[in-house]
Amino acid sequence: MSEALARVPALAAQHLLLALAALLLALALGLPLGLLAARRRHLGAAVLGFASLVQTVPSLALLALFYPALLWLSASVGGGIPALGFLPALLALTLYALLPIVRNLVTGLAGIDRALLTAADGIGMTAAQKLRWVEAPLVLPVAMAGVRTAAVWTIGAATLSTTVGQPSLGDLIFAGLQTQAWTLVMAGCVGAAALALAVDALLGFAERAAGRRQWRRMAAALALLVAAGAAASTPLWRGGGDGGRTVVVGAKNFSEQYILARLIGARLERAGYSVTYRDGLGSAVAFGAVASGAVDVYVDYAGTLWTGAMARRDTPPRARLVAELARWTERSRGVTLLGTLGFENAYAFAMRGADARGRGIASLDDLVAAAPRLRLGADLEFLDRPEWAAIRAAYPLRFAATTPYSPTFMYRALASGRADVISAFSSDGRIAAEHLIVLSDPRGAIPSYDALLLLAPARREDARFRAALAPLVGRIPVAAMRSANYLVDRDTDKKSPEAAAAWLASKVGLGE
Amino acid sequence: MPAQSLPTPASGPAIAFERVAKVYADGTAAVDDVSLTLAPGSLVALVGASGSGKSTLLKTINRLVVPSAGRVMLDGSDVADGPPHALRRRIGYVFQEVGLFPHLTVAENVALPLRVAGRRDDDRVAAMLDLVDLPAALSTRLPAELSGGQRQRVGVARALVTGPRLLLMDEPFGALDPVTREALMESVARLHRELALTTVMVTHDMAEALLAADRVLVMEHGRVVADETPAALLTGAGGERAAALVAVPRAQAERLAALARRGGA
Repeated sequence: MSEALARVPALAAQHLLLALAALLLALALGLPLGLLAARRRHLGAAVLGFASLVQTVPSLALLALFYPALLWLSASVGGGIPALGFLPALLALTLYALLPIVRNLVTGLAGIDRALLTAADGIGMTAAQKLRWVEAPLVLPVAMAGVRTAAVWTIGAATLSTTVGQPSLGDLIFAGLQTQAWTLVMAGCVGAAALALAVDALLGFAERAAGRRQWRRMAAALALLVAAGAAASTPLWRGGGDGGRTVVVGAKNFSEQYILARLIGARLERAGYSVTYRDGLGSAVAFGAVASGAVDVYVDYAGTLWTGAMARRDTPPRARLVAELARWTERSRGVTLLGTLGFENAYAFAMRGADARGRGIASLDDLVAAAPRLRLGADLEFLDRPEWAAIRAAYPLRFAATTPYSPTFMYRALASGRADVISAFSSDGRIAAEHLIVLSDPRGAIPSYDALLLLAPARREDARFRAALAPLVGRIPVAAMRSANYLVDRDTDKKSPEAAAAWLASKVGLGE
Repeated sequence: MPAQSLPTPASGPAIAFERVAKVYADGTAAVDDVSLTLAPGSLVALVGASGSGKSTLLKTINRLVVPSAGRVMLDGSDVADGPPHALRRRIGYVFQEVGLFPHLTVAENVALPLRVAGRRDDDRVAAMLDLVDLPAALSTRLPAELSGGQRQRVGVARALVTGPRLLLMDEPFGALDPVTREALMESVARLHRELALTTVMVTHDMAEALLAADRVLVMEHGRVVADETPAALLTGAGGERAAALVAVPRAQAERLAALARRGGA
């Protein structure tokens, strides 16, 4: 836990840098756009309409949309545009910050007393003089209020950039939410709130100073803000030029992924690498991250890539699926499949043991008849995944209700009776601990989900890197993984992912 | 006269309207084919009801309104030649709402036309405030701290700070109480004489026009229906509309005189 909390300053710096960069970009775009919009009524209506539309898109979705958009853009210009990390987060937050800036500028300009503009014209001011001496000083308070709103929104929404692989205070919130480590969630929230309040206070100070025409004070406040941004950016330029010694370990957004990332990270650190983590990556985003080199290594699951990235609908036997997958990742994306870890984390339909026995359900075939009286709880993405389509094609399942939950709450829903069947994961420690029954798949609709070690193209020839991770191949039995997961997922005496990773290492004989 | 022989200020420009018309997009004709010449150095009042086109006609002089037809000449040159800001810097403009910039002090407001022209002259600003009878102590105040009359004095000072030869005033004192209004009108009339300006003033108050101007134009439906001296108007010249406008202050004056006689008896 304290190890995770030690990341707060670094994450806060990255968070601040991202938010300030987005705010600056939004200002650079929003000021001319607002001026133009205020001068031309039709353009103004169009710009404000667009900005309001952007606001109605949930910020999480806006961030997610930039991933395919940048992928497409990168492909159409022949590559080179990162679709993950800083760029998509910056663009999405900039769009988000535009509305309050443009809207307040347009409203502020429209609200200027007509008599003052007539007076300015009567004096013989040129358009530029009018802007500088009349409109700018008069619109400043309203425009500044817009900038402050944008700053607070941007800092808040920046927590979501975690999902597109840009580290922020959101890392703590997402990690804490998945592992139910509420101190982490609090640290992320309080950190983001503190940043927002501090930036808002500085901007407010600058605004009041400008109102009293204390230009030095105003400049000092703005300089302090710029300095904070510059200070936040130092790790970026200091981090360069270490000859590839800094590596990024990726993790998707559930406990097993956090644990395996720490297990991998610990081995790499012992091999002399300096390790950073990109936690909470969206499932679809993670493979793109390793292919683009934004992440050096992460663990994915055979069936996920098979149905997702490869878009295959057949379900060959386990070994053939992995072999075919390895050839495909290497050839199409340059991603090395170093090996399987030894366990599977498949989708598995689970029910409360007593309930399943009482209803006489042991397989998905048995479930078909009972489903209309049962409620399905699924994880957030399952209902939209091709696996669910494949399963329904093999077993005509029609539930009374289907509800998506985040994984933690999915198990709670099952335990509390709000769901009768859940889309569990076969390596989850809670299956055994909560006496759940996993339904068998007699028609073989669910593909194999061997856990795989995937390396970025740049690590393909890095012998030391490969040697550090090679001992993990085939080493982790599903029972050990379940126990490690349960250390983090259980409600009492919870362990941090770091502690669970250390426990797992010694359990499989890879400890210090 | 000052000791050093400054050239006697040439009087303000002559103004010629040549078949000026202004039709707005909705088809209303605010000004309808006006042709007339205003002599250099005259103080001309444009009088008429609201919507008669007097304000629109005034604004064609400094191009705050662009005529749909015809042209306006200042000393023989078309006001439409050259950029509008260059024209406006040579013309003082005072209007009812004054338009003092709320974020600037009195002195800064008065200095603004100089700054716009790339000049700075603090003595000139102080002299202008003195000229419009404003105490120097007010120069560091903000407009919000002034009375309505003081504000319009600042407006006049600002209009004249660059030394224009032509002063345009659009209902300049319409929002002021009668006493302040009287005092300001007196100040303006004095400045008009001392600075040898050409002054064109829009007002709906015939009494003000009769007392201050040396020529009164009566407008109705965008046309000039009477063009007379005050004396001629008072003796019945100018036709029906002019007579109706003159009748109001005359009747008031006669009733007041009668009241005074009865009171004194």
